[in-house]
Amino acid sequence: MSRSHEIESHEVQGNEVLRLAGVCKAYDVGTPVENEVLHAIDLRLDRGTFASLTGPSGSGKSTLLNLIGLLDTPTSGELFVLERPTRAMDDQERTDLRGGTIGLVFQFHHLIQAFSVLDNVLMPLMIRQGRPTAAMIDRARGLLAAVGLAALASRRPNELSGGQQQRVAIARALVSEPVLLLADEPTGNLDTVSADEVFELFRRFNAEHDCAVLIVTHDPRISARCDRVIELVDGHIVRDEAKR
Amino acid sequence: MWIEGFIAWSLLRDGRAQTALMLVGIMVGAAVVVFISALISGLQANIIERTLGTQAHIRLLPPEEFNRVLPLQDPAPIALVLEDRRPQRLRSIDNWQALVPVLDRWPGVTAVSPTISGPALAVRGSANRSVSIIGADTERLRAILPIADHMVEGVFRLRPGEILIGRELADDLGLQSGDRMRLDTAGERTVVMTVAGVFELGVREIDNRLMYLDLDEARSLLDLPGGVTALELTVAEVFAADRLALRLEALTGQRVESWMETNAQLLNALRSQTLSTTMIRSFVSLSVAFGIASVLAVSVVQRTREIGILRAMGLDRGRILRVFLIQGALLGLAGGGLGALFGSLLVLAFDVFGPRLFVIGFNPWLIPAAMALASMAGLAAAAWPASRAARLDPAVAIRHV
Repeated sequence: MSRSHEIESHEVQGNEVLRLAGVCKAYDVGTPVENEVLHAIDLRLDRGTFASLTGPSGSGKSTLLNLIGLLDTPTSGELFVLERPTRAMDDQERTDLRGGTIGLVFQFHHLIQAFSVLDNVLMPLMIRQGRPTAAMIDRARGLLAAVGLAALASRRPNELSGGQQQRVAIARALVSEPVLLLADEPTGNLDTVSADEVFELFRRFNAEHDCAVLIVTHDPRISARCDRVIELVDGHIVRDEAKR
Repeated sequence: MWIEGFIAWSLLRDGRAQTALMLVGIMVGAAVVVFISALISGLQANIIERTLGTQAHIRLLPPEEFNRVLPLQDPAPIALVLEDRRPQRLRSIDNWQALVPVLDRWPGVTAVSPTISGPALAVRGSANRSVSIIGADTERLRAILPIADHMVEGVFRLRPGEILIGRELADDLGLQSGDRMRLDTAGERTVVMTVAGVFELGVREIDNRLMYLDLDEARSLLDLPGGVTALELTVAEVFAADRLALRLEALTGQRVESWMETNAQLLNALRSQTLSTTMIRSFVSLSVAFGIASVLAVSVVQRTREIGILRAMGLDRGRILRVFLIQGALLGLAGGGLGALFGSLLVLAFDVFGPRLFVIGFNPWLIPAAMALASMAGLAAAAWPASRAARLDPAVAIRHV
């Protein structure tokens, strides 16, 4: 993998999806209990990356994921999404960029009970484009079929098993064709069979859609199967190695 | 706007029990407001109708007579005047023949009736009663007072030698239509009259004191040939009567009084009633609005995680705000509509099963008005919970348990 930053920075079809440059995050800034959770993190994810982020509890994984997911802003440093600096963005710009480029999958699947499975999958598209068109519905149904749940499209989320709900959440994260798929403990509360199925889905979409995938996990069996393993300890990246 | 509406509607539908509770609360409040509004406006319309049903809206009277005191040469610090106040004779309005056609054409004046009235003694056998006799023209009187609709006996007709008398007076003197009686007036004039009809307006002072008779007959009885003592008017806009009266007074130089002047206490009472109703209505609306606000605030807390997910998927603050505003407005709209229907049913029940003293009547405008008002109240009530929802930090909200 060649990394020539200067040339890529002006290419529209650049390979870089996400880059963190000296990102720090501190809480309670300016108070006696000021607490820096992340220290000068440098990280780059390209298209096609399939990485896991591991680390013990309290290492700052969730904080880092919030920053990468544009749910939070760094205290210092800069975070580039598709080579666009994001720290100075206001809430509206960040929300729009997040909706257009990042798919999020959470441990507790976080489907919305008020909507049917199909509407849950459509939600990111409806938020961006309004009333769903036939093409949008086709796309959502296609993704549901890809995760093996085409028959359950009109059910409510609580009528599905945990593994099925997580697969719906993945379909939802992919519906807006994100360049970066972030997953926070996606297999955390699933049995091993369901966990394997979900993991295989990430693999498949990584290959088919050419998006970067970053999975935050405690599970060594999951991280062992990723192409790249990033380990975070006490707010520092202590290991970042590609296996293949 | 579509996505906000879709989300708002889905969340409301999902929390059915909560939504139903809120709807019932709003409905009861709106029903109370609608019912009280209808009741009070019906009651007031009824009181006004009854008041105006027995008197002219405006009366032109001859000016009162007073002593003209020659002013002292100034400077005169104190003027001591010893005078006997003038008694008010029965007098005619000057030049009334010219005034009537002018008033007939006056915009806003619907009817004019020249009348002449004075005291008399009604005698039958050994019974006698002091009465007011009023001379008027049949058709003009009909346009001013609804006596024709309140005849209990005989016919409504004023011809020479005939009189119309009130029910109580007829009972006192033992008269029926067709009976004869004697009228004595102050001028030692006596005439025997035939009762053409008996009316009952339901107002005691009228039913036991008044006698209507032909204009010319009254003139000769009261010794006022060719004159009239009052011009009675009805107007299209009853609540503008005081302004019209002032104008007519300035233009004609006569004494002009409106029903609003002679019923000042009644109007004052009606105004106090309106004020107290307005207070009840605003407090009920306020408590409904606070109800909506508190339930929506709880709902925002309950839905914190969902709000976080929606934010993470790209729904911005403005649209989150609108989702909850729409919820408030929708709740207000539906609750207001149901409440207005329920209130109208109460009105109907009151009309059918109530004391039947008066009929409120159904006002179809109350329903859209209640819905519009309730939607505004819902919108206002949702403002605070909605802004709380919009201010939620997505990173925190999404991990909310």
